[in-house]
Amino acid sequence: MKSSVITFPGSNCDRDMDVALNKFGFKNKMVWHDDIELPKSDLVVLPGGFSYGDYLRCGSMASKSKIMQSVINFAKSGGLVMGICNGFQILVETGLVPGVLLRNKYLEFICKNVFIRVDNKENPYFKNLDKDIFEFHIAHNEGNYFCTRDQLKEIEDNSQVAIYYCNNKGKIDEQFNPNGSVKNIAGILNKEKNVLGMMPHPERMIDQSLSGEDGSIFFKNLINNLK
Amino acid sequence: MIVNEKVAIEHGLKAEEYKKICDLLKRTPNITELGIFSAMWNEHCSYKSSRLHLKKLPTSGEKVIQGPGENAGVIDIEDGDAIVFKIESHNHPSFIEPYQGAATGVGGIMRDVFTMGARPIANLNSIHFGSPQHKKTKNLLRGVVHGIGGYGNCMGIPTIAGQTSFDSSYNGNILVNAMTLGLVKKNKIFYSKATGLNKPVIYVGSKTGRDGIHGASMASASFDEKIEEKKPTVQVGDPFTEKLLLEACLELMAGDSIIAIQDMGAAGLTSSSIEMASKGNLGIEINLNKVPTREANMTPYEIMLSESQERMLIVLENGKEEEAKKIFDKWNLDFAIIGKTTKSKKIELFFDNKQVTDIPVNTLVENSPMYDRKWKKAKLPKKNKIKKEDLNNLKIIDVLKKVLSNPNICNKEWIWQQYDHTVMGDTIQKPGGDSGVVRVHGTNKAVAASVDSSAVYCWAHPLTGGKQVVCESFRNLISVGAKPVAITNCLNFGSPENEENMGEFVECVQGIGEASEYLKFPVVSGNVSFYNQTKDVGIKPTPSIGGVGLIKDYKNMITMDLKEVGNLVLVIGKTEGHIDQSLFARNILDEKNGPPPEVNLFNEKNNGETLLKLIDNGFIKSAHDISLGGIITAISKMCIKGNKGINLKMSKNLINEIEYFFGEDQGRYLIEITKKDQKKVTDILEKNAVHFDELGTINEDLLYINDKTKVTIDELKTSNTSWLNNYMS
Repeated sequence: MKSSVITFPGSNCDRDMDVALNKFGFKNKMVWHDDIELPKSDLVVLPGGFSYGDYLRCGSMASKSKIMQSVINFAKSGGLVMGICNGFQILVETGLVPGVLLRNKYLEFICKNVFIRVDNKENPYFKNLDKDIFEFHIAHNEGNYFCTRDQLKEIEDNSQVAIYYCNNKGKIDEQFNPNGSVKNIAGILNKEKNVLGMMPHPERMIDQSLSGEDGSIFFKNLINNLK
Repeated sequence: MIVNEKVAIEHGLKAEEYKKICDLLKRTPNITELGIFSAMWNEHCSYKSSRLHLKKLPTSGEKVIQGPGENAGVIDIEDGDAIVFKIESHNHPSFIEPYQGAATGVGGIMRDVFTMGARPIANLNSIHFGSPQHKKTKNLLRGVVHGIGGYGNCMGIPTIAGQTSFDSSYNGNILVNAMTLGLVKKNKIFYSKATGLNKPVIYVGSKTGRDGIHGASMASASFDEKIEEKKPTVQVGDPFTEKLLLEACLELMAGDSIIAIQDMGAAGLTSSSIEMASKGNLGIEINLNKVPTREANMTPYEIMLSESQERMLIVLENGKEEEAKKIFDKWNLDFAIIGKTTKSKKIELFFDNKQVTDIPVNTLVENSPMYDRKWKKAKLPKKNKIKKEDLNNLKIIDVLKKVLSNPNICNKEWIWQQYDHTVMGDTIQKPGGDSGVVRVHGTNKAVAASVDSSAVYCWAHPLTGGKQVVCESFRNLISVGAKPVAITNCLNFGSPENEENMGEFVECVQGIGEASEYLKFPVVSGNVSFYNQTKDVGIKPTPSIGGVGLIKDYKNMITMDLKEVGNLVLVIGKTEGHIDQSLFARNILDEKNGPPPEVNLFNEKNNGETLLKLIDNGFIKSAHDISLGGIITAISKMCIKGNKGINLKMSKNLINEIEYFFGEDQGRYLIEITKKDQKKVTDILEKNAVHFDELGTINEDLLYINDKTKVTIDELKTSNTSWLNNYMS
């Protein structure tokens, strides 16, 4: 399986994602934001970080960089595109997934482990996982997912919510919502389910010595789904 | 502008220093030259009051590749790898403008590290605020934490450990000390010494603006009521540009075109160009019209004294200019050839085709003032007589809850959750433990780092306090299973012109020196911050020690959370119940006098090294050093972290229960072992003449004291975690 990770100026989880993808069997290439052509890929990842310093709206500058036209075309032709954290922010700026990401409700950057619940497994990312509740890691300042009431209805009607923040038992409640996201939404798919944007960082949980191993389960499953 | 003594004094120079400048130049300096002298001769850059004493610190050792004198210290961690590290203060600017002050402190120290070719792999910080009741404290804390996070998070470098304290002596002068560790290959370290004539001098990074002019001079003065007016001297940080600068510099460093490189920190282009020339015993010629500027009509004076951030000065090999420029173009950074190295041994500046500066480099560096300031030796205070009945009236659980919720002991998650501590995917011990630990990427090794200070002990007796901080750093590294290698120090004091403050400095440095010599724990880098005072009142002496240690196999790292019900906990080191200057004495008895706990270097070394042996043999399930709050605070934290309880049995000591549990004797650790290993462990301890006591057996969820008093771990956890959250909400 071939993957590509895009490096934007200010990306800082690009190496971590490269390490994770290679560890679980992807042949990964790093792609520079200023390139025009995307290498042949089964998966394209927009990594976390602070592209262009996030000085304008998070992700908005990066969404206009040269490589993104190819990424958008790739997504529209059914290719798998996954945006993590700042990558999710870039995805919403391109319009590939609906909604926006606002500043965290408590106005503070937050870095900690959270639990998420996978509700919809009818997609290439979560298909075949044999559990629903995962411990993932978040690290962001603007992860407060928001959309209009009409958008929310459409998202729910189309089963586009990928993951929700919850507790270790899978209970979805405001008290387990770290950033104020609408309905505890932590990740969203596009209508066609080939584009995933999520705030948690599975690439930080790929080793027992790190924050946990649920990221390993995610990546192992993902590559198997793509085979 | 006419230069005279009055103008010189306005620049922070003394009348006799101004006279010395005129004598050295054999003429009156022009305004640009005066600005350069004031920047180079202030306390912050010249170390004029501290140099004499810093010389006495042990700075070499088997593992030391580079000691003080470069941008940062470098130690060998084997297999061709090295760690570059340093701690630095950004106190004055952080009080004036907490967000930018703290942010640029973090940015500055990271630049010091990657200037040497190392990729930063961990940040730490030591931050000290006034009394929680003081009207400024909350906003300063919030601003500083946001600033540290804002810069480090954007750079993508994990913040893995830190220290926060509150004391009314910081009401008017907070302390913000930032430390960075970087990883480099031993044969790819870059230095600031320029060599070769007619080599191009290159300016890269951000453009030069009018921010931060006289920042270093401001940091070399005391505060008064007009301090808010100094806001323009605080630099403004741009972590995004620094991230680009980091990547661009490392890309250029992969080749062989750099002769010397120096970041523009305090005193900007002035100190960077002069340091490079001075170390290489060369001259430098710069055309200031070539310096990229942010604003129109900047004068030579402003260009030379600007402390705009995210800038570097490089001496390149001839013919490599195009290759280098390509890299900086790729990262959208300014690149300008602004001058060349010369044989003149002078700093020569040109602007609009006129020479505006002509100063021999040695007058700025070697001839800079050095003072042997008067200082007063501190007496060891007399021990307090504490009435036993006062102690016997106290309910131990109530006291414990108060201690656990004390601002200086309580859980600091509110702070470190705002720092990205897991980016780079190698953080194996997060903040909240004895040390932060990161793996050396792609290897089995890990590096542990901790930052410590004990201002109360240093204030009570500077010599003992200085020793104690180094020992605490040593213990914090050993507690996670790391072999201590070297330290960096950030020496925060009041005015050197005050004999008592100067005495505190001299004796703390002596204490640091003695301990680091004995423990073979040399000082490889550091920084001095004087004038942490408002009007006549200085802070408590606060040397911060950043320690670095090596774990050869990261799988052997130790954490402090209790692991298994039924395991035993031992106290390593002798408990004598030293209460004076303890958190208990100061906060529960409201007794502020008395000597700090005694430091016995032999025991420190022997206890620590023996514990490392036990760790190597796989006997240690968890460990924690005993410091502020004594045994019972330490075990409570282990219980809270591990979600386990313990049955504490006080050994048949003659001392009082309170003294036993809350005393702050040094050189002690708590260790968890299995009952099965007990004999083997105690044999090793006895063989090495290490004193130990059995403290108790781990249970599910209660803290029992001598079978008669109990409290749930959940209650202790609430005491420990609520204070800071409530305070900040």
